[in-house]
Amino acid sequence: MALEKITQVSGKAVYVKGDDIDTDRIIPARFMKCVTFDGLGEYLFHDVRFNDQGQAKDHTLNDPRFENASIMLSDTNFGCGSSREHAPQSLYRAGFRAIIAGNFAEIFFGNSINLGIPCVSVTDEERVRLAGIIDSNPSGDIKINLIDYKIHASNQEFAFELRKGARDSLINGKWDPIDELLSKSPEIEKVANSLLYS
Amino acid sequence: MEKLNLFQKVWKQHNVGQLENGQTQLFVGRHLIHEVTSPQAFGMLREKNIPVRYPERTFATVDHIVPTDEVNEPYSDPLADAMIRELRKNCDDTGVTFFDVSSGKQGIVHVVGPEQGLTQPGMTIACGDSHTFTHGAFGAIAFGVGTSQVRDLLATQTLALSPLKVRRIEVNGELPPGVYAKDVILHIIRKLGVNGGTGYAYEYAGSVFDNFSMEERMTACNMSIEGGARVGYVNPDKKTYDFLKGKPYSPSLDNWQKSVDAWSSLASDEGCDYDDFVQFEASDISPTVTWGINPSQAIFIDENIPDPHKQSGSEASSTTEALEYMKLEAGAPIKGTPVDVAFIGSCTNGRISDLEEVASKLNGHKVKTGIKAIIVPGSQIVSKIAEEKGLDVIFKQAGFEWRNAGCSMCLAMNPDKLIGDQLCASSSNRNFKGRQGSPTGRTMLMSPLMVAAAAIRGEICDSREVFSN
Repeated sequence: MALEKITQVSGKAVYVKGDDIDTDRIIPARFMKCVTFDGLGEYLFHDVRFNDQGQAKDHTLNDPRFENASIMLSDTNFGCGSSREHAPQSLYRAGFRAIIAGNFAEIFFGNSINLGIPCVSVTDEERVRLAGIIDSNPSGDIKINLIDYKIHASNQEFAFELRKGARDSLINGKWDPIDELLSKSPEIEKVANSLLYS
Repeated sequence: MEKLNLFQKVWKQHNVGQLENGQTQLFVGRHLIHEVTSPQAFGMLREKNIPVRYPERTFATVDHIVPTDEVNEPYSDPLADAMIRELRKNCDDTGVTFFDVSSGKQGIVHVVGPEQGLTQPGMTIACGDSHTFTHGAFGAIAFGVGTSQVRDLLATQTLALSPLKVRRIEVNGELPPGVYAKDVILHIIRKLGVNGGTGYAYEYAGSVFDNFSMEERMTACNMSIEGGARVGYVNPDKKTYDFLKGKPYSPSLDNWQKSVDAWSSLASDEGCDYDDFVQFEASDISPTVTWGINPSQAIFIDENIPDPHKQSGSEASSTTEALEYMKLEAGAPIKGTPVDVAFIGSCTNGRISDLEEVASKLNGHKVKTGIKAIIVPGSQIVSKIAEEKGLDVIFKQAGFEWRNAGCSMCLAMNPDKLIGDQLCASSSNRNFKGRQGSPTGRTMLMSPLMVAAAAIRGEICDSREVFSN
């Protein structure tokens, strides 16, 4: 089945502040006791959003102004720690289709691109400005254009960085590599047979 | 001849070809799976009707969710029980070897691989777990991957990956007494930062790594991810080969010299290029303890907790956030911080040498009343060896609980969890908020011996002052 060509993502955004937000925080381990990814959306950032009694805490993800946001803005080293794909899966299932941050931990970045979630990097100064725009106009749409590497928000433009290979995979509808990997069967066999171990 | 480092040689040998997006399709010779990150991958294959391409190259065990204090199934947690049954079924259906709890070989996947001889120099290895870097201790290139990549591996035995730069990290000189591999890696992460390794494979070297045992090398490689690196390894040497000799899945002894020759040829060439080079002096390192909410937030036992007022920018705000969560006082000594729980185990420090080191010091010591102290062996084989040596008796006499093998309180997917804001002295690898199962639970990472010392005194202390023998 052909994959969607992801050339842009637009929608409301929410700012989840903090450097080094790890995948345990995005989805605590106890919610990984599941054999499918269905339903992970509701546990997104669970322990910073809810107290022990399950009551909502003061967190931007609980703020009705940012309900239905599809773009998340955060800070540096987003998605560090555990390799759990449950983290981008829970973001996706909670409706997020792109993430803007200072930079990303690599395993998280790879997992997200494989799911068709662009992870784009902007500078410290631009994040401050974007956070300001989101806060002053929560219902305004932000557009991430993967063709020209620009974020459009409130009549302002921000350049972002995204590794070219990942960007090309997204815009060409090749972000899930499985079909291409499968198509190289003879080449795989050749390498397998050349190795000293089986 | 071109001089190459081990990473470049192994990458070249396993390169299937370039993908359209410029990435490399890399053959992965060994695939290790566990119950948490594999069921969805098997589900995706079933959905697309894709078979497992090389079932003989995948090995499974169960570690994250297994209870460490009950043996009989069904487990009291129905979700955990469903996960182990799912893995069992997936292995049965596809012909993947499963080191089940009844096999006597079950344990944490990164302990099981090396002890079975599945981890060998020059291999590419992947597992849906970020601590897969552990296997790099043998001169393997090992990747932690997500579940979609577990699917890719089952279907094709390959991954789409971008090449990495290589940073050589040398630690030279003599480590002071009471300083362990755990302290060395915590020190490296502290100095290079949690994302200092982005884009890099770390090659660990220098006299300290040369002198390390294989298990100490595993402890260090294991935590490479906490420094943001994508791979961590040590070049193979005689210690590597001696460790592997005679292991169940090691090459047969008839072919032994041939294997050793091949492995030796993969070590980084003398005078090869690196993208970066960093050096540390061993004598500068002291027993290290984390005070914050990521593994780079660490200090020596004699240091004081950082004061955000003396820092600036994002460092200051990170410190403020960490101290608020950890309920620690800026500028105060870390020594003397009261602990509630002590945990010795995990893929970082749950091997036999870790347990032997602790047991050798416990004579005459008792866990302080009120402290919950548990020791969880990394595998059933570690457990068996420990019991044959009588270590379990020493631990129990000293007041530790002796448990069955598993990941346990490192990530608390099983019943072993912190309660409320308990503070845990832990030999594991992550001190993230809520990592040990309670959303407000607090973790301080340190070597197993420092954990034992904390259990005895009931507070963070210098193990060298507690154990004089």
